[in-house]
Amino acid sequence: MSHNSNSAGHQHSNRDEDNVNSRRAFFKNAGLFSAVTVAGGAAIYSGYKYEESKAGHDMVKVLTSDNRIVEVPRDEIKDVKVDADQLRKQGREGLKGHRFVMVIDLAKCRNARKCITACQGAHHLRPYEYHINTLVMQESEHTAPYFMPKPCQHCDNPPCVAVCPVDATFKRQDGIVLIDNERCIGCRFCIAACPYSARLFHWEEPLMAESDKGKPYNIELNVPQRKGTISKCLFSSDRLREGKLPYCVSACPNGVYYFGDENQDAVTNGTTKETFRLSELLKVNAGYQLMPELGTKPRVYYLPPKNRLFEFKEEKNPVQETT
Amino acid sequence: MASEVNTDFLHNKKLDSIAADILRPVGITQGFIVWMGFLGISLMACIYAYYIQWDKGLIVTGLRDYISWGMYIANFVFFVATSLVGMLISSVLGLIGFKWVKPIARIAEIIAVAFAAIAGLVIVSDMGRPERLPYVFMYGRIQSPIIWDVTVVTTYLVISTLLYFLPMIPDLAISKGRIGHTPKWLQKTYQILSVNWNHTPKQYKILLKAVRIMLILIIPTAFAIHTVTSWLFAVTLRPGWDSSIFGPYFLTGAFVAGSAAVVIMMYFVRTNYKLDKYLTEHHFDMMGKLLVLVSIVYLYFNINEYLVPGYKMKTAEAIHLNDLFVGEWAFMFWSVQLLGLVIPILLLLFKFFRKPFPMFVISIVVLIAAWFKRLIIVVPTQDHPFLPIQHVPKAWMVYQPTVVESAITIGTLLLVVIIITVLVKFFPVIPIWEMAEEQNEIDSKSKE
Repeated sequence: MSHNSNSAGHQHSNRDEDNVNSRRAFFKNAGLFSAVTVAGGAAIYSGYKYEESKAGHDMVKVLTSDNRIVEVPRDEIKDVKVDADQLRKQGREGLKGHRFVMVIDLAKCRNARKCITACQGAHHLRPYEYHINTLVMQESEHTAPYFMPKPCQHCDNPPCVAVCPVDATFKRQDGIVLIDNERCIGCRFCIAACPYSARLFHWEEPLMAESDKGKPYNIELNVPQRKGTISKCLFSSDRLREGKLPYCVSACPNGVYYFGDENQDAVTNGTTKETFRLSELLKVNAGYQLMPELGTKPRVYYLPPKNRLFEFKEEKNPVQETT
Repeated sequence: MASEVNTDFLHNKKLDSIAADILRPVGITQGFIVWMGFLGISLMACIYAYYIQWDKGLIVTGLRDYISWGMYIANFVFFVATSLVGMLISSVLGLIGFKWVKPIARIAEIIAVAFAAIAGLVIVSDMGRPERLPYVFMYGRIQSPIIWDVTVVTTYLVISTLLYFLPMIPDLAISKGRIGHTPKWLQKTYQILSVNWNHTPKQYKILLKAVRIMLILIIPTAFAIHTVTSWLFAVTLRPGWDSSIFGPYFLTGAFVAGSAAVVIMMYFVRTNYKLDKYLTEHHFDMMGKLLVLVSIVYLYFNINEYLVPGYKMKTAEAIHLNDLFVGEWAFMFWSVQLLGLVIPILLLLFKFFRKPFPMFVISIVVLIAAWFKRLIIVVPTQDHPFLPIQHVPKAWMVYQPTVVESAITIGTLLLVVIIITVLVKFFPVIPIWEMAEEQNEIDSKSKE
């Protein structure tokens, strides 16, 4: 007890001294502060006056790339020339603060193949060139067949990136694996390394080589496509930059796809536009990954093909019929 | 190789006759012109095939998204494999002290140089963007086995070239006064390449030291090039490639292919240039025994590579192995294993089959089988990726090599033959001074 009161008294006297000290410091600081304020204020004022004399201070609200609304003087706005260099730089960096993730509900896939056509349209591909392909799967003889859309798994431990000799294919901070077709030498080591067969190669002049000629190369869309180089699913990173859902996700009529951000633990269904908690969705539906035993750490999750309310109808190969 | 050279052999009467024998075929003969003309015209056709590929893209090959490595990559592996024999014969056997490899060593080095030099071109023929080859050096990423491969193949080519050239310097000096029958420019070339060699014991001492260093350096380099080449496959997750013994499996296979190539070349040199005094039946007999040895080692690795997964039959491996053992690839697989490995081992156990002509025939079969063996390693694995191949044109599901692709592959083989022909016809193919030195030793021994 006595020890406590002693220490309390000691503290008291200390506080007195502190008060005196801090009071003294306050006056000192205040003096300094006011001096700085006057000087700074004068500088700001003169700068402001100068700006005002230069042009009217007409402010505009603009949205920055990290989704903040800020005000800038109208006359200071410069058009950003989106050229190939800019596109490559932003494409290699990725979208800061995000970890994109896709969830595919196999119980809902009826093989409408709208995801495929939307993707092929956006990326200027032929009907048999797939960034995403819907496969007919059957685990074993006595289990039910089901449809499985298969995009690039955007692995967190991507075997394709490891083997690329020239850094043409790379992993971005937002989890997306992209390909730079201006760097790719066409060795196809990545095709050999990918266990998901997610990559395609342009064996001939790409479909729209003529009409895409001269367009600045957008690494996030991989257009123009180039002969002798690799192309692959990009998680529609050009759409993500605009805050939109990927082409395939938006095109699905059956609500198969969810897309979102692992950091926010939220995914949005491309058809219903409903947003779900990612962890909850995976937990409730027993979500899984494709061949996780290979150690690739995919960013695409699947929900099992259970309780399907439609009949499984396998169609003839749409491509083989036409080619 | 002895550390001291007794230069007495330069005064031995036999030197003249040895030099005359070995230098007789050197120079431009009618046969050479006809042969080179044939090779040249054939090569033009192959270059035209490459022009078509350059223009239209790899669509002119049988390769597609699923089977995207085919004949070119198999051919690359074959080239790297065959070139390894340079290391085996001059280095391993030479350093151990086998005297019989002396007249064969240069032949082995010629094969090493020719195949290693063209291996780089073969890989370029597979590239979708060959004009971006400099990117490999500009933007190379050390994580990629391709960068390792480029590095070690280049190193191997440089050391092999030195191992071909350095021991030939004394020969060039001996030869320069003795090739009056050849064109002036070739005599001039000898003059320049012999770098003022005047046979002092000191020069020989330096030369032997340099060669010895190269002979040691080439062993790890040769191990590296073929091990790394095997890793191009083994670092992937695919059944059939995902194997931890791929390094030694490739390396031992390489010695089989290379030994066969050396025997074939020995036979040509011996019969065409009447050099049977230097490439004797004894040399063929020894090469036959070497071929048996390396084939048995390779067979051992084959058993490991196929029997162990074949016993377990894991789902994905089982599909692959069924295809090889009893499926689509069975005919090629068993032909290669029997004709290229089992039967040669059995035949070469008998002395009769180790005579030059039977050896020549067996080696041709072994070398052809070795090429197809590479195709079997490269292609069937890709027939069955983990996920099914669906909704693509039928042509995408199977690999059908095209004429253009075959022509380009033949073109690379022609280039090898051209390099070998030029080296054989313009330079002494058997080491003159080493033969003379050996003769001198025999003579001095018989005097005692």
